[in-house]
Amino acid sequence: MFEKILIANRGEIACRVMETARALGVRTVAVYSDADAASKHVALADEAVHIGGAAPQTSYLLGDRIIGAAQAAGAQAIHPGYGFLSENPDFVEAVEEAGLIFIGPSASAIRSMGLKDAAKALMEKAGVPVVPGYHGDNQNPAFLAAKAKEITYPVLIKAVAGGGGKGMRLVEQPEDFADALVSAQGEATTAFGNPDVLIEKYIQKPRHIEVQVFGDGKTAVHLFERDCSLQRRHQKVIEEAPAPGMTAEMRAAMGQAAVRAAEAIGYKGAGTVEFIVDGSDGLRPDGFWFMEMNTRLQVEHPVTEAITGVDLVEWQLRVAAGETLPMRQEDLTISGHAFEARLYAEDVPKGFLPATGTLTHLTFPDNVRADSGVRAGDTISPWYDPMISKVITHGPTRAAALSQLARALEQTRVAGTTTNLGFLGALARHKGFAAGEVDTGLIARDLETLVQTPEVTPAARIAAAQVALDLQQAADSEFGFSLWAPLQRSVHLELEGNAFEATVAVDGADRQIWTLDGAEHLVSRQAGHWLLAGQRLPDCLRAGEVITVFSPFGVSFTLLDPLDRAVSAGGDAALIEAPMPGLVKAIFAEPGAEVREGDRLAVLEAMKMEHALLAARDGIVAEILAAAGDQVEAGAALVRLEEA
Amino acid sequence: MKLTSKAMPSSEAFKQNRTAHLEALAEVSAAAEAARLGGGEASRARHESRGKMLPRRRVANLLDPGSPFLEVGATAAHGLYDGAAPCAGVVAGIGRVEGQDVMVVCNDATVKGGTYYPMTVKKHLRAQEIAEENNLPCIYLVDSGGANLPNQDEVFPDRDHFGRIFYNQARMSAKGIAQIAVVMGSCTAGGAYVPAMSDVTIIVKDQGTIFLAGPPLVKAATGEVVSTEDLGGGDVHTRLSGVADYLAEDDAHALALARRAVRHLNRRKPQTVDWQSAEDPAYDPEEILGVVPADLRTPYDIREVIARLVDGSRFDEFKARYGETLVTGFAHVKGCPVGIIANNGVLFSEAAQKGAHFIELCSQRKTPLVFLQNITGFMVGRKYENEGIARHGAKMVTAVASTNVPKITMLVGGSFGAGNYGMAGRAYSPRFLWSWPNSRISVMGGEQAAGVLATVKRDAIERKGGSWSAQEEAAFKQPTIDMFEAQSHPLYASARLWDDGIIDPRKSRDVLSLSLSAALNAPIEETHFGLFRM
Repeated sequence: MFEKILIANRGEIACRVMETARALGVRTVAVYSDADAASKHVALADEAVHIGGAAPQTSYLLGDRIIGAAQAAGAQAIHPGYGFLSENPDFVEAVEEAGLIFIGPSASAIRSMGLKDAAKALMEKAGVPVVPGYHGDNQNPAFLAAKAKEITYPVLIKAVAGGGGKGMRLVEQPEDFADALVSAQGEATTAFGNPDVLIEKYIQKPRHIEVQVFGDGKTAVHLFERDCSLQRRHQKVIEEAPAPGMTAEMRAAMGQAAVRAAEAIGYKGAGTVEFIVDGSDGLRPDGFWFMEMNTRLQVEHPVTEAITGVDLVEWQLRVAAGETLPMRQEDLTISGHAFEARLYAEDVPKGFLPATGTLTHLTFPDNVRADSGVRAGDTISPWYDPMISKVITHGPTRAAALSQLARALEQTRVAGTTTNLGFLGALARHKGFAAGEVDTGLIARDLETLVQTPEVTPAARIAAAQVALDLQQAADSEFGFSLWAPLQRSVHLELEGNAFEATVAVDGADRQIWTLDGAEHLVSRQAGHWLLAGQRLPDCLRAGEVITVFSPFGVSFTLLDPLDRAVSAGGDAALIEAPMPGLVKAIFAEPGAEVREGDRLAVLEAMKMEHALLAARDGIVAEILAAAGDQVEAGAALVRLEEA
Repeated sequence: MKLTSKAMPSSEAFKQNRTAHLEALAEVSAAAEAARLGGGEASRARHESRGKMLPRRRVANLLDPGSPFLEVGATAAHGLYDGAAPCAGVVAGIGRVEGQDVMVVCNDATVKGGTYYPMTVKKHLRAQEIAEENNLPCIYLVDSGGANLPNQDEVFPDRDHFGRIFYNQARMSAKGIAQIAVVMGSCTAGGAYVPAMSDVTIIVKDQGTIFLAGPPLVKAATGEVVSTEDLGGGDVHTRLSGVADYLAEDDAHALALARRAVRHLNRRKPQTVDWQSAEDPAYDPEEILGVVPADLRTPYDIREVIARLVDGSRFDEFKARYGETLVTGFAHVKGCPVGIIANNGVLFSEAAQKGAHFIELCSQRKTPLVFLQNITGFMVGRKYENEGIARHGAKMVTAVASTNVPKITMLVGGSFGAGNYGMAGRAYSPRFLWSWPNSRISVMGGEQAAGVLATVKRDAIERKGGSWSAQEEAAFKQPTIDMFEAQSHPLYASARLWDDGIIDPRKSRDVLSLSLSAALNAPIEETHFGLFRM
């Protein structure tokens, strides 16, 4: 085993690798950019080397610098994680030339899988099924129609230069082929200036099922499949293992195909063979086709670890250190079911825009595996993938694991940034998904309901207002005391840009009457918990003026400070006057010009100082009442503004 | 040392007492509710339609969230001026701002434009007196048209009239007791001096005005035509005149600015007494309503009340075996050490001497005093006059008058005659004086007073050889009995600010604790007693 390795990555995967390395007694070296100097992976490592600026091109993608760092630190091997340099064969070669070990496949294996068409051809040769189709140069309509018949209907006509659905036609029966081809070619010409098309088998209800393989350079084993069908625009959202509806026969067929694929390229280390599967009529051994092979450890590897009990990073280190495969195929078994949800800092209602922010709070429930590269206090910067964590659950059955996932997401507490927790939570509670009706189109079909932000309840508003006024911890009996009727106090909060007022009458330490939009809500404390209509008020966290209410997914309220308002200038803001006697040095205002509050209109020299006279409000310059060089008295009008 | 209650909550007497007390309480509660609503629905709606907060909302938004509010004079002017001035047109009380005890005085513009009736003046001055005695910063939430003109003779000229408000402001400011004004409406004529005499003044834009004479008077006097805003609006006073210091956008902003002003007072409550950690009484204060007889004439053991007021119901009774009609001893109220003096019957010479001794003791130790007043007076008769009960009573009165420790008085029953003096009645300047709804106050009982008058009358009639039938005597006595009955009622008393308010007996412990906490903002001075007639 190695004594010291360098991890050429950041975030959760760097932390993940370090954890296993530490367990194996291997020392770790982290690399970091300017933006990551205080990040979790740096703190976890035994040593850390600064390698450049925040932009990945100036740090995490600089292979030479990383190799230099490894050499300087005395590391024997480099673990690339995923992303960045993990599938860069030139980097692999450079690592090896530097006399270090790359923890992963050979450069040639990466290369042979790097070009998708070539990879498909290679797989076809190795007897791995690929999606039937015609990708050739012959664009003769009759020839293409013949090919379509060969592929078997339904087929998809796609523009070679295509994208975004343009120049794409689904053809269900041969009679429609000719017309569809003409219109697809026409659209392709308009959109891309290239009428060429390809023909592919149309897979109804496609599912994304991938097989985890592990090779030692000669032989390979598979660690069963993962279903990653829950995708949004080709981004995996929730992954699971094993695949719902998988049969032993199909699993064996897919596993053997994946092992053949790995062995065909002499694969070493952890890899994933992705298949597209026709889910329209159950899973059938003849209904899967090779898509591509990922020559690295995948983000979703934990679900495989959960059901097999294998630590894939440990296997990576052991195989890279020259050991044989730790287990034989027949020793590998599946235990239970696992899910992984990818928790991101993103604004779901705004079209899944990446979000940033400083995590003021981050906790996960105890019974889940949370692989996270950030801690409370860390910042999600715009420089990198905004993943906060992977939340992984493992249960005896799919239903148990999924219910655990739903609960875990509801108990995950993130404050300081917007997250996709609500979206993940809605998915975890999706009826079709629970029934195992998974396919890559599920999210798109139900997107509207999945991204719906649930109505923010009075309970959530009251909880936020309670925290805003610090009325939760009321302890002594004089709290809220009044001789007769309690006083009513108000607080102003903002939710999604809308301000609202909450009013409270504190009637002793354990009773509060809140008013929201004219409706009264009695809140009382029992056994240390505040209850509204018998239900506990949701948990809240406050960081400065921001209050996050977990009801159950974080909703952020902003406390509006009544002091935080600028009193607009009083008096006759239209008239710019000399504040003291002096000499007009310059007049910048021009009649008819539009000016904004704060614009410099004139300069007055007085008492050895130059005083800039600013517009007190927005407006149009109506009149210039003095000229440069004039000696003026205090209060003399210099410029007059009028309404714009 | 822990008191043992003999009360039987399941007894018929207990239940009857409770019912009677709840009835008395309901009457006061209704009066307080009427006072809370100020000038009525229409007036309140008009006030709010101008974007102004109602007075109690202003107070609440000034105070810390959840702050207690110890209101003073909650039923002031009740039944006076034909009901024209609910709550005397001004809300006053002690609350916390930025953790500090402050006195808030807030005009209610829904009551005759916030103008000052005689009771408004008296209440404002009482609030200032409390602030001055207890070293509490004052925050005036001003929205008043000044003196109520039809009542000018009872508002303007005398010592304790309108002018005294500004005198007090100057004197308090001199003592370092902060004076903060928030101008949230009119501040006309004399009223202009409230903000002008304050240390810090905040004014609400397009809402607060300060001027010695409003536009109509200016026009009458000089012919000048000027708008309210140009004459004395927030912009004018913060930009041109300097009468106000901060310009606020609205009520909420103004109150937040006032809170910030308090934050910058740089002041700390003095260390005065040895606080202990608070502890609930062993007996529920709720039971007070059952243990105290509904009829004032029924004697009961005052220790039943003490057991429901003090921490752990623990009472270190002093001189328990001597002068037994006065109960004295040490206890804690929510951690604050106190000396308690409570009546358990008519005062005899021994009891008066014991009271004087105990007051000396507490003054020496600087322990605050709590008087639980239920007193028909000093014992009368030849034996007692001859042994010098007046002399012994005078000792107690001297001690009460002289002591400089904070005194809190609670009328829990009768308050008649010189007993009122010995037990720190209003004239003896207790820091606070609170009444229970069942209490009665008068120079003597109505029956006794009518009897005295009837005796004098009968003597006169009989001297002239006339005769007076029992029916005639009864008819003669009845008006006096009725008058005493009406005038001794706590609502009558509280309307005239003879006390600081009527309270729910079950809240006595909280009220005591808050009163003590407020009082302990001032250092406790050394006491020098007047001459004791030995």
